[in-house]
Amino acid sequence: MKGKALTVLLAATVVLFVAGREPARGRPSANDGPAPGTAVVKGIAKFEGSRPAPTHINMNADPSCAKLHPGGLVSEDVLASPEGGLQNVVVFVSEGLGDRTFDPPPQPVTMEQKGCVYAPHIVSLRANQELDIVNNDATTHNIHPAPSNNREWNKAQAPGTRVDATFAREEIAIPLKCNIHPWMRSYIAVFKHPFFAVTDKAGNFELKNLPPGDYTIEAWHEKLGKSIQKISVSAGGTKELEFVFKSTAGH
Amino acid sequence: MHSRKSILWMFLAAALLALPSSAMAQKVEGHVGKLNGHVDAGKQLYFRYCWGCHGFRGDGNGENAPYLNILPRNFVSATFKCRSTPTGTLPTDEDVFNAITRGFYTTYMPSWTALTHQQRADLVVFIKTLSTRWTKEKAGEPVKVPAEPALTTDGIKRGKELFAKLECWKCHGQEGRGDGPSAATLTDSNDQPIRPYNFAAGTRFKCGETNQDLYKIFMTGLDGTPMPSYGEQIKPEEAWDLVHYLRTLQVTHNSAELALWQGTKEGAEIVKAAKITGTPTGSGIKQ
Repeated sequence: MKGKALTVLLAATVVLFVAGREPARGRPSANDGPAPGTAVVKGIAKFEGSRPAPTHINMNADPSCAKLHPGGLVSEDVLASPEGGLQNVVVFVSEGLGDRTFDPPPQPVTMEQKGCVYAPHIVSLRANQELDIVNNDATTHNIHPAPSNNREWNKAQAPGTRVDATFAREEIAIPLKCNIHPWMRSYIAVFKHPFFAVTDKAGNFELKNLPPGDYTIEAWHEKLGKSIQKISVSAGGTKELEFVFKSTAGH
Repeated sequence: MHSRKSILWMFLAAALLALPSSAMAQKVEGHVGKLNGHVDAGKQLYFRYCWGCHGFRGDGNGENAPYLNILPRNFVSATFKCRSTPTGTLPTDEDVFNAITRGFYTTYMPSWTALTHQQRADLVVFIKTLSTRWTKEKAGEPVKVPAEPALTTDGIKRGKELFAKLECWKCHGQEGRGDGPSAATLTDSNDQPIRPYNFAAGTRFKCGETNQDLYKIFMTGLDGTPMPSYGEQIKPEEAWDLVHYLRTLQVTHNSAELALWQGTKEGAEIVKAAKITGTPTGSGIKQ
């Protein structure tokens, strides 16, 4: 009995000793703030395969919207550059930050409704960071997020007015719609940390100031699903990644 | 020996923590007026009367749910249509109690006046154990409904202008028939088609009968449906003008508002045009 207890005690001491040595080896710990050197993760999201035919948006329900798009409008579901770069992919750290916590920045993120379309199409922000929703149209909209990990609400917004909102919990991504104008659909990606980006027109993204460590990087697209890669970055290093999304057309 | 005893205590503590449902049930309370709801009694009632539609876990996936084309409420997501509280917040205990009492017109949810007040209060508390939202959040602060001002023709006219300005007609239609340009595309939060309220048909409102209830419907929104909250867009006095105008759209439902409106030249013409007369089959419709 006594021997067994001693073995357990010994094992515990060894574990504590090893754990205690971790920071000395240069590994960042949750408590001692940002490491002196940080890493950059950048790269591109690409689209492969046959492109889906662009979906034309029917704005007949509201002539005040339709007249702002005399040439017609196509949906922003899948936007790929001629070189294959995929726009509107949310790239972020999904695992590896441990129990670090980050305060949301005080400045708000703005989303505009103009021409009965959301801009930007993908809003990314931090949990509890303010989102200013602006209505620059001549028509009333309603702001209706459909979250699964945050509160659902639905507010009318008259022309020229603002709606301020915050989302308390991480969620990638909350569908947002306007019921009055059914073609209006966008996504709000909410993060508990600052390591996320939305790909630009060429499909490029960059995550800066990442503490050295092992991470899972996830790329999420509203129609094409998600893709993950496991990486390891060191202080001052730059890691290049490529995420490839295949066409789901014909499936 | 000492360590063995403490390990035993740890196991006991862990076992206690592993009983979330009963532990949560203890934390949730419900009070309706002077009535105190009792979880255990509510649970018995729920598994007798409610779970067939609302489901074993309260997620709205009961045995009968596949046959219902307006899905039963999902108590796990805890999004409620009829509230006195702002959009996005939890309803008050009275709101849930009133919903059970009233039932939901145009859905399969009957009025449960056959249950006693105490039984309905018991159900309110049990429903609150089905979602963790009730332990993490408090009910919203009820929207203040100021005293109803005197009914005037000018008020109705101002309400009519608001109906146009706020574009209520986009869904509800110019005459309030639920046939606006966006009506056909509407879906609820379960992606099920949903119709905007048809005022001209004169049926009951989902969330109560009185002018105060009507006031609350558009000032809080019907969460889970396309009907948004206008609470940040309309001032209280404007809201009352809108209530008075909306009553005049109920052309088959006698009200003081309709009588006054019909007494004016403008109102009489509008109401006459809105009243479609004809046979039930629709033949020989005259306007």
